[in-house]
Amino acid sequence: MGAAFDEMSLEDGGIRDGYVSLKRWLDTMPADHIALRRSQAELFFRRIGITFAVYGDAEATERLIPFDIIPRVITKPEWQRLEAGLVQRVNALNAFLADVYSRRECLKAGIIPEDLIFRNAGFRPEMDGRPVPHGIYTHIAGIDIVRVDAETFYVLEDNARTPSGVSYMLENREVMMRLFPELFAEHRVAPVENYPDSLLATLRSVAPPSASGDPVCVLLTPGQYNSAFYEHSFLADKLGIELVEGSDLFVRDEVVYMRTTEGPKRVDVIYRRIDDDFLDPLAFRADSVLGVPGLMSAYQAGNVTLANAVGTGIADDKAVYSYMPEIIKFFTGQEPILKNVPTFRCRERDSLAYVMEHLPELVVKEVNGSGGYGMLVGPHATRQQIEEFRRKLKSAPDGFIAQPTLALSTCPTFVASGVAPRHVDLRPFVLSGSDRVRIVPGGLTRVALKEGSLVVNSSQGGGTKDTWVLDA
Amino acid sequence: MLSRTADNLYWVSRYVERAEFLARILDATARLATLPTAYGGKGNEWESTLLTSGAAELFHQHYDEANERNVTHFLAFSPDNPSSIRSCMERARANARAVRTALTGEMWETINSSYLELRRYNSGDMNREQFARFLEWVKTASLTFDGSAYRTMLRNDSYWFSRLGVYMERADNTARILDVKYHVLLPETEQIGGSLDYFQWSTILREVSALTAYHWVYRQSVQPWLVADLLIFNRQMPRSLASSYENIVLFLDNLARAYGRQGPSQRLSRTMMAKFENMNVKEVFQQVGLHDFISSFIVDNDRLGSAITEQYLV
Repeated sequence: MGAAFDEMSLEDGGIRDGYVSLKRWLDTMPADHIALRRSQAELFFRRIGITFAVYGDAEATERLIPFDIIPRVITKPEWQRLEAGLVQRVNALNAFLADVYSRRECLKAGIIPEDLIFRNAGFRPEMDGRPVPHGIYTHIAGIDIVRVDAETFYVLEDNARTPSGVSYMLENREVMMRLFPELFAEHRVAPVENYPDSLLATLRSVAPPSASGDPVCVLLTPGQYNSAFYEHSFLADKLGIELVEGSDLFVRDEVVYMRTTEGPKRVDVIYRRIDDDFLDPLAFRADSVLGVPGLMSAYQAGNVTLANAVGTGIADDKAVYSYMPEIIKFFTGQEPILKNVPTFRCRERDSLAYVMEHLPELVVKEVNGSGGYGMLVGPHATRQQIEEFRRKLKSAPDGFIAQPTLALSTCPTFVASGVAPRHVDLRPFVLSGSDRVRIVPGGLTRVALKEGSLVVNSSQGGGTKDTWVLDA
Repeated sequence: MLSRTADNLYWVSRYVERAEFLARILDATARLATLPTAYGGKGNEWESTLLTSGAAELFHQHYDEANERNVTHFLAFSPDNPSSIRSCMERARANARAVRTALTGEMWETINSSYLELRRYNSGDMNREQFARFLEWVKTASLTFDGSAYRTMLRNDSYWFSRLGVYMERADNTARILDVKYHVLLPETEQIGGSLDYFQWSTILREVSALTAYHWVYRQSVQPWLVADLLIFNRQMPRSLASSYENIVLFLDNLARAYGRQGPSQRLSRTMMAKFENMNVKEVFQQVGLHDFISSFIVDNDRLGSAITEQYLV
């Protein structure tokens, strides 16, 4: 892996377009001023309670995700290309999911092997032949993007189930505007604050035909012990919709109601932040106390819209991901605008042999893993870890894919020693309604705070940055 | 609104009010206990504080002796006591967090920062001065929360449920003080057995922060029947049963009007309010006896709590 592409500095020490005045600001700001602003930012996050829980960490039940006060800049032409690519990709994802659960043209055409669908943990036979309202499956998608050079953005993975992080995108901007109004005066930064409006418009647009002209939308959360609970309550508040738990809802005659102080009230659209498995103890896991008994029957009867739809998990699978370029071509008839990271499917004999030979150079991922867990980063792994993965690969090659270790781009980041480059990724949020696709400019930039680290996940010591799409 | 949201709002207020009440009775007891025994009255003050808190039984499962150290620790900090000040603040915050969209930003920030600050008071091994400061802090936290609710909430059902929680808890707390101390509150006709009880009466007033108010209202030295009158019937006194019920009736009526429907809780609250309107303290002493009056009030108040839950919160 060569030197990483830095988004601010040119190799010759010059500064790239979008960063010129930001660099000047960084150079002129006294160190103690930065430190002060950082502590103000932390205080702000702590006070509003924007915390997350880390699974398996009993010590700190609520932690702050570290916030880096130096924004990440994306120029307008860069964003326009990203945006076009995201719209294309998410349209293809929705068409693909609709096809998988209906006519299966893509399987008949041999675009993707059948067993990758039918043996996929995210596949839901209950959805087979059951059209969803307006044919949209992944209403809210988080597409993870990495950059490797001036020209190339790769899609690292698709999150088509219940992507999280958008509250950080919104709160990061809020904090930055409070702390550095002078910076916003100097830059024309595209606003993100209309995200809740866009989300609400999206949700309302996909209400089932039975809903009134003023559909009732709710956000279904697993409850306050979920790691993303802050985000759930934050979004419900911004959307002006009820934040409900499973026990607040009930189903009668295949219609969903919520329990209110004025009696039962009909619900039309559920923005659910609960996994498929836990949605309905009658249909899926019987031991789920988070869900709503009978919800699937109401859903199958077409009386309620779930966003995202049930069964979108197939698209999160990293083996399915490897077929996305073909899927995009098949469903849109166009070449993909955003590339995939070159991916070895360990289920294929030749690829597996190559992967086994080159483990120390590769990143190996479980096809249905997420959050940076269950992953081998070859160049940073111990010999023992590599051997462990070799065994795993040998016994269940279908469960893994491998990718070259990418030199993720870096952005200037405030660390203990001062300002230094750190690796970043980007998660834009793509909203698909019955009327159109909406994307708020930018997204959530995650940054690996440890020097050299490529793992940006908050559960693994990553932080976040405000993401600026410059409008000029 | 969601029933669960209403339930949480109601309980956030109840827990905060309860924490403040505990701080006040601990503060008052600490004062009484430092008096020379010649002035301090009979019996164990700490035991009587435990009774007032309603947690005496649980206490004795965990401790042998009701002394200052044990009782203050149990009522202020113990995680074993679901109604300790710490537990109340934690539960208030957990309830608030579950419905933070229904709280105003100021309310959430108040309750959240109180919770975070509570962790600084981690040790049960404080000296008296530190403990006194802790109690002050609890009162301030409650006042700030109450003020933020009063000043920032929309006057709709959210606000009414939150206020109902305050007044239901307050009525219960005031009744508990009376229930434990009824034996020192004697009618005007009774011969008073010396000045020892004087400090008991002023302690009661201190517990409801009404020592000064008493003098403003009655313009005479502390008399036991007037203490009872102040705590039960006086509507100027914000912690009296009558004043609490005046508010309960008001907020339940607001809900009934907004929802276009009366129910058992409206009827029950009005029946109880009528008692405060149609009786006076003399009649209580003469006709029912203070103890019986208070005992039946506590039962009725609990019944109203269940009716509110049944009607709105589940």
